[in-house]
Amino acid sequence: MIVDVNASPAYAYTGGRPFDPTRPVVVFVHGGEHDHSVWALQSRYLAHHGFSVLALDLPGHGRSGGAAIASIEGIADWLLAMLDANGVERATLVGHSLGSLVALDTAARAPARVERIALVGAAVPMRVSDALLDAARNDEPRALDMINFWSHSTINARPGAPTPGFSIFVQNRRLMERQCAGVLFTDFAACNAYAAGFERADALACPVLFVLGQRDSMTPPRQARELIERCRTAAARNGLPAPTVVEIADCGHSIMAERPDALLSALRAFLATPARRPG
Amino acid sequence: MSQRDFYGFDTLSLHAGAAPDRETGARATPIYLSTAFVFRDSDHAAALFNMEQSGHVYSRISNPTVAVLEERIAALESGVGAIGTASGQAALHLAIATLAGAGSHVVASRALYGGSHNLLDYTLRRFGIETTFVDPRSPDAWREALRPETRLLLGETLGNPGLDVLDIPTVADIAHGHGVPLLVDSTFTTPYLIRPGELGADLVYHSATKFLCGHGTVVGGLLVDIGRFDWEASGRFPELTQPYDGFHGMVFSEESTVAPFLLRARREGLRDFGACLSPMNAFQILQGVETLPLRMARHVANAERIAQFLSQHPMVARVSYPSLPDHPDHALARRLLPRGCGAVFSFDMKGDRAAGRRFVESLRLFSHLANVGDARSLVIHPASTTHFRMDDRALAAAGIGEGTLRLSIGLEDPQDLIGDLEAAFKAASRAPKA
Repeated sequence: MIVDVNASPAYAYTGGRPFDPTRPVVVFVHGGEHDHSVWALQSRYLAHHGFSVLALDLPGHGRSGGAAIASIEGIADWLLAMLDANGVERATLVGHSLGSLVALDTAARAPARVERIALVGAAVPMRVSDALLDAARNDEPRALDMINFWSHSTINARPGAPTPGFSIFVQNRRLMERQCAGVLFTDFAACNAYAAGFERADALACPVLFVLGQRDSMTPPRQARELIERCRTAAARNGLPAPTVVEIADCGHSIMAERPDALLSALRAFLATPARRPG
Repeated sequence: MSQRDFYGFDTLSLHAGAAPDRETGARATPIYLSTAFVFRDSDHAAALFNMEQSGHVYSRISNPTVAVLEERIAALESGVGAIGTASGQAALHLAIATLAGAGSHVVASRALYGGSHNLLDYTLRRFGIETTFVDPRSPDAWREALRPETRLLLGETLGNPGLDVLDIPTVADIAHGHGVPLLVDSTFTTPYLIRPGELGADLVYHSATKFLCGHGTVVGGLLVDIGRFDWEASGRFPELTQPYDGFHGMVFSEESTVAPFLLRARREGLRDFGACLSPMNAFQILQGVETLPLRMARHVANAERIAQFLSQHPMVARVSYPSLPDHPDHALARRLLPRGCGAVFSFDMKGDRAAGRRFVESLRLFSHLANVGDARSLVIHPASTTHFRMDDRALAAAGIGEGTLRLSIGLEDPQDLIGDLEAAFKAASRAPKA
């Protein structure tokens, strides 16, 4: 489904069903250099189990037009415009890596629009090494090699795609190669520069789920600890349940592909809990 | 664009796609001889059928043992995924049937395996798919054969049996300029010698029966999607980019940005044509792939010695092997196949047809049969066997003469193979008793 957002075409995969904004809405936000298809094994299921799904292609990624947005706050603003364009008042946001920062920022700044957030492969701060940033700017193929190597815990994860018989490692590489030149650096620089993470966590007023890969080398679980504590404190202050933290064994950063069913189970349980209601 | 692998080729040959069995601890890949797989509950069943979750339902569509082989060959070819098929022929048919239908057109190298030639020139024509055969060495011929309804270009890494080296980068550019993919048969080369996807090919297939299995035991095929072709940008493949009523109205290019071809091929082609790979055969092929780097290096070393011996033999008119300097594609082979040109090649014997018959029947180590890629050395006379349906003109165009013999060099002591050939030449040169 394509709608115009800020005068540019914006694509969202709806899980193989027509989008109906009157049903509970789940919005999936991909990470750097990715597109909607990374959520294939979570989004289609939810779309056929009572939810309306928008798995986004962020600006400059996949089928969406425009240039990649250079800040997390800017992407969050665009996400709210995307919700407006699709007639969505409130939604659960599910974000991976860069997308987790977008979900966090959106939820804190527009609490009336966000029911819950699920942060997958999240870390605050989400620092990117100088070597990787330099490669992203000057030698994208090398940067993709580094990212692919650090994003996977194994070459043997199955099933990692809509059907058996896929190499999740090559699949991820090809998806990253498809994004336009310069997108990678823009995405990673946005993650690296995002300084408002803890402040946003302090301001959260909705249920939070963390899904972390125990063998994640891009955003190791220890880099989410303070963020989790901040969310716990905010939840207690607002009378909300403590954040749910699901750490998946034998899983790297590419959680959607390496352990798709474990992630889906965590999301299903989270979506079954009461959402924050406005007011 | 080249890429660094997660692990090196030799490691991937052993490990890609396989891990110790979680239930039993079995280190080797178990043979899952089960037709069907139990659903956890009704919701799980519906989710698997609707591709909401991934898993195995029925072994015609997918099987855990076959999936290990598919993932392994995908990793070795640097492809996004693969599909195991009943044979190499089934892999070729699956590729074409996924992309073409009545009214479609294929441009193919004329130097093809005889079975592939039959499929294209006779059988598929009956189903409305036309093929134009071209000289694989002529870029102009490839270009001039293109039509608006052309759906793919097809060639072999090493043409059968003259070993024409396919200039994959050039032919891929021609295909992509027309908005269609290049499909390459890499049976003779395996990913150990060449990765067609890194040179521009979009789809790669193998008769896994040959060097991948390596022991002449089972029949199987593999079709690999490299994952770089942009089906949506092409605009020529509504099968992949428009809703498919035959599978939940699915738009395969929305479900997978990089592999809509594989989704359609499995969800339609395997489902409806049913030419699936047996898990028993997949296991045997996996055993072969585990030693592929070791075997291919030895196959090539032996082949180079035998080709050298034949090229200097007085009863040999011509040896067609790109590693030899007089082969027309020698320079191209050095560029595209730095590890060698495989272990299958042909040569022309001097003398009449009877001498050729005496030669073949006198060989003791070489087995006279219709196969290549066995651990044992093999010999065949293409004009009367694998290519017998082709007329003289087509045979000549494919580099096949009455005296052409095709060898597949095995893993024996090369000195023993040379001795066997020498003895057969002597027998062939002796006049038959009156």
